[in-house]
Amino acid sequence: MDDLMLNQFLLLGAILFATGVYGVLAKKNAVLVLMSIELILNAVNINLVAFGAHNGTIVGSVFALFVIAVAAAEVGVGLAIVLLIYRNRKSVDLDEVAQMKG
Amino acid sequence: MLAAETVTAGFFLEHAYVVPLIMAASFALTLGIGKRLGRHASWIGIAAIGVCFLFAIGANVQWADYVQDSEHAAEAEHDDESHAEDEGEAGTPDSEEEGAHTEGVGTTSGEDDEHALGAASDEIGPSVDGETASARAPPAPAVEEGEGGGHAEYEVVPVTKTWTWWSNGGVTFEAGMLLDGMTVMMLFVVTLISLLVHVFSTDYVAGDRRYTHYFAFLSLFSAAMLGFVMAQNIVQLITLWELVGVCSFALIGHWWEDKPNSDAALKAFLTNRVGDIGLLVGMIVLFFAAGQTFDIIEINTLANEGAISHTALVVASVALIAAVMSKSGQFILHTWLPDAMAGPTPVSALIHAATMVVAGIFMVARMYGVFWNGLVIGGSSVNLLAVVGGLTVLGGAGLAFVQSDIKKVLAYSTVSQLGYMVMALGVGAWTAALFHLFTHAFFKAGLFLGAGSVSHAVHSFDMKKDMGGMKKFMPKTFWTFLICTGALIGIFPLAGFWSKDEILAGAAQLGGSGSYTAFLIVGSIGALMTAAYMTRCIYLTFFGEFRGGHADTPDEEHATVSHGEEDHPVDEDHAADALDHAGHGDHHGEPHESGPRILVPLYILAGLAVVAGFVNVPDSGVLSWVPEGLALQFEHLFEPKGGYFPSLTEAGPAGVTFAHPTFDLGIAIGSTVVALVGIGLSYAWYFKGLGPHGITGRNRLARAGYRFLENKYYFDHLYTGVIAAGFKGPIARAVNWFNQKGLDGVVDGVGKGAVGGGRFVYDQIDQRFVDGVVNGSGFAAEGGGQFFRQMQTGKVQQYAAILFVASVIFAGVFIIVI
Repeated sequence: MDDLMLNQFLLLGAILFATGVYGVLAKKNAVLVLMSIELILNAVNINLVAFGAHNGTIVGSVFALFVIAVAAAEVGVGLAIVLLIYRNRKSVDLDEVAQMKG
Repeated sequence: MLAAETVTAGFFLEHAYVVPLIMAASFALTLGIGKRLGRHASWIGIAAIGVCFLFAIGANVQWADYVQDSEHAAEAEHDDESHAEDEGEAGTPDSEEEGAHTEGVGTTSGEDDEHALGAASDEIGPSVDGETASARAPPAPAVEEGEGGGHAEYEVVPVTKTWTWWSNGGVTFEAGMLLDGMTVMMLFVVTLISLLVHVFSTDYVAGDRRYTHYFAFLSLFSAAMLGFVMAQNIVQLITLWELVGVCSFALIGHWWEDKPNSDAALKAFLTNRVGDIGLLVGMIVLFFAAGQTFDIIEINTLANEGAISHTALVVASVALIAAVMSKSGQFILHTWLPDAMAGPTPVSALIHAATMVVAGIFMVARMYGVFWNGLVIGGSSVNLLAVVGGLTVLGGAGLAFVQSDIKKVLAYSTVSQLGYMVMALGVGAWTAALFHLFTHAFFKAGLFLGAGSVSHAVHSFDMKKDMGGMKKFMPKTFWTFLICTGALIGIFPLAGFWSKDEILAGAAQLGGSGSYTAFLIVGSIGALMTAAYMTRCIYLTFFGEFRGGHADTPDEEHATVSHGEEDHPVDEDHAADALDHAGHGDHHGEPHESGPRILVPLYILAGLAVVAGFVNVPDSGVLSWVPEGLALQFEHLFEPKGGYFPSLTEAGPAGVTFAHPTFDLGIAIGSTVVALVGIGLSYAWYFKGLGPHGITGRNRLARAGYRFLENKYYFDHLYTGVIAAGFKGPIARAVNWFNQKGLDGVVDGVGKGAVGGGRFVYDQIDQRFVDGVVNGSGFAAEGGGQFFRQMQTGKVQQYAAILFVASVIFAGVFIIVI
């Protein structure tokens, strides 16, 4: 893979990452926040795979697989929490979930 | 001198170490799941010991092959040697020709011979390392002619196996096995007796409240003893020696609810502790004297070579004799043994025949190189070992006369017989001692189990009060008991005759010009007394009128382990209390014969008491017609041959060679006559009522003598009344005075000083300084908390924002710095 291709992948990754960060910080809906987190992780995955292909090793792909596996677990836990919050409060607005205020 | 061909040890020999492990596993298993199995818990132990017994038989058979092979290998090599000798130079260091021509039978200590011994010990060194069982042919047959037999002298290298246990500071502690003739013999004896005791016990302690506990400890006891006899080094020896002691403690005190029983267990344990100090001291001396090695073979080899200073050997021997005194019930530490009768009778049989007390004898036999050279056994001096043994022979036999408890008669008889063994070891008749151990195991176990059978019927051990006329009720028990008694007394041709005769012959013939004759006399008097007290015992138990059957109040405490079937006959229902006099009065009108699980072991033991003596039939003197293949098999198979045992042909550092006594018709007839006189006297006194009965009432001297015996030579008074009370009384008072006047002043002073110092510290340091720091840190934490709580908004997205911002900052720093 040449440098031009790599740049394009890195650009895609950066755009996705920025979108994800925006979603996490700005969205009120917890589900959307979770999805944004997925975007961040997948941006990282694209970077890993791109660099792995660039260097001609499979290390990047292996790492990406690990990230996907961990992300699946994380989403499972995250959705469970969101579900419980919804059952208790009939809402998933993150601004209302502030019981931990010091 | 090259090792010619490899003599391989068989499967059972190489893997004999599993035998104690099997028993240990049985212990764990019985303890673990035994409760759930109830009465069937005993099957675990019986199966385990049965397997071990078969294993022991296999080991013995293969050992016989192994000895045979070693002999043949040595002979083959011997032939080669002779050839080489013809062609080569005369007078090579290990020349056998030279040995034969110039030395005859062992009177040299030349350089050449030392070289030969050195070579032998080098051979032993490497053979004990690594995880491989090494059993090699000896490097060289040392010298050709044995003492009387015309066999070539050869070496039987013990089968050894070692594993590193742990190592510390350059000293490696190993665990391993050392299998030679005496170990193999002991394997057979211990497993057989233990098996019979297990079977006997299923009937004898049936219904006991700690049935599983009992069988678990029988297993552990066997495991400890089996491990002990194959101990490869002295650390292992000491460890298992102690384990044997612990198990005997547990079993003697099996019925600990009764104070006397737990006292007896404690007494056994504590008396043994006294001797154990000797064991530790002796073994530590040996460890350092032998250049920091625990290896038993190496220590013995070094002792035989004279590489250990004589002083060290003397110190070690004397210390170890203390251990033998306590473990094997020798005077003056024998007092625990008769008290140990408080345990269940099968346990007594096990302790007295195969395990506990035999451990002391075995230890001496195992470390014989040390004793042989340390005490100059075989030289012309009376040594401590023989003296202790001789005293014990007479002391024990004397006490057996005044006992009314059948088990105590047998206990003192054991003390006396162990005296014979120690005496035999002391005069150099090693094989005779071990042979007596072998035969004694069978007939003494038979006697104890017989006594158990009788007591099982009458629920008592008191011969004078509760027995008498038992012959009529229990004919089978009577006959087995009689045969075993005959063997103990030494009636031709029962087992005891051969072994006791060999000991007496040893006392008469060994040690140069009759220097041990005193012990011949002691042994003969002992034989007379043995015959007399055993006749008395038989009379009181089996003849005369039945004196038992009087209804005592049932002793509920032990008798009532309920079985839910009250009408069931005795066999199921003997609650196991030894002291339980007629506890089940209603179904015990008349004693009756015991069941098969008690009788079969008795038959087997009585049979062995008849035939066991023939394994070492001598072939000298009037018995010279005995074919060579049958004669002296015990000696041939089980006596160690090698550098770690006193040599038959070469004089050790003490200048004496090991020798075997030969059969002497005079001594054999003499000992038989003496035994018959003993029986006759006792018969006349008890059966016929002849002699000055009631003399103890009329004659002050006789009464004093009786008192003296009855109080067991006042040893118990000496120990508890004088020594222990001495510590409790005056010394305790002195310590108390010192405590009150001396120590208390110091303590008070220290206390007041401490109070003053404490007050100062409290006021100044604690209140002002420490508290200030503590309070200050508390306030600081509170202030910090107040500030930081502002940041905890509880809003997730704020946290995430902080996270991202921080990440960006750190990433920037990272990029700039790198």
